Amino acid sequence: MWLALVCLTATAVWVYFLHIGHAGSIIALTIASIKAGLILLFFMHLHYAGRLIQTIFLISLALVGAIVAFTFLDVFLR
Amino acid sequence: MWLFLFTEILLFGGMFLLYAVDRAKHAAEFHAAAEGLNRFVGAANTIILLTSSLTMALSIAELRSGRRERSLMFQSLTILFGCIFLGVKYFEWTAKIGHGIFPDSPELMKLPKGQILFYGLYFVMTGLHGVHVLAGIVVLVFMLISTINRRITHHDYVRIENSGLYWHLVDTIWVYLFPLFYLIT
Repeated sequence: MWLALVCLTATAVWVYFLHIGHAGSIIALTIASIKAGLILLFFMHLHYAGRLIQTIFLISLALVGAIVAFTFLDVFLR
Repeated sequence: MWLFLFTEILLFGGMFLLYAVDRAKHAAEFHAAAEGLNRFVGAANTIILLTSSLTMALSIAELRSGRRERSLMFQSLTILFGCIFLGVKYFEWTAKIGHGIFPDSPELMKLPKGQILFYGLYFVMTGLHGVHVLAGIVVLVFMLISTINRRITHHDYVRIENSGLYWHLVDTIWVYLFPLFYLIT
């Protein structure tokens, strides 16, 4: 598991040095999300935490997503 | 503890939002400013925190299996890695400050606006994260002492499990900070 995380980190840095423009940032963030997911599942045992906690976690993610989406709507349509 | 972690997600989420808007509006300058950061130092810090999460998880696993001494060893390693992370951060910051780049410095104000925003966000977000790491280290030291005093045992380990959750969150936040500040293409 740790090895997977380290390899993902190395991949992200390697992708950076490929200099492929905006795609590189998207890949890096995707890798970051995979790493976060792995940490959540395997280190924090989210799947043991019960339905309530899992649901609230998803709601908090959705909330942050909504805040970001609406802010972008506002700022870039001015 | 999960509830507290959700408030932390909102706290850092707000700052990530600020980062996202500023970067969308000053994309090229963010890229230029990020050149000033050392990717390998950032990657090293990422590996350090990931390893500390591993040792944290292992310390709880060992405690639950009744192997107290090994748990103590892993807890100490986690604290050590946390301190190493802060040490590396310290050197990164002093290097930047030595070059005259810190919030509100004359050097920084000469740079284009996007770069000023980048470094402002960099200091605040990594600073806030560093404070969280420090708080986590303090908590882990308390857990270590409690394990030594046998107030945390393989029957009653809720406190150290919660401390572990907090520590993993701090690691996860850094997992996102790293690509956003160091890997801008």
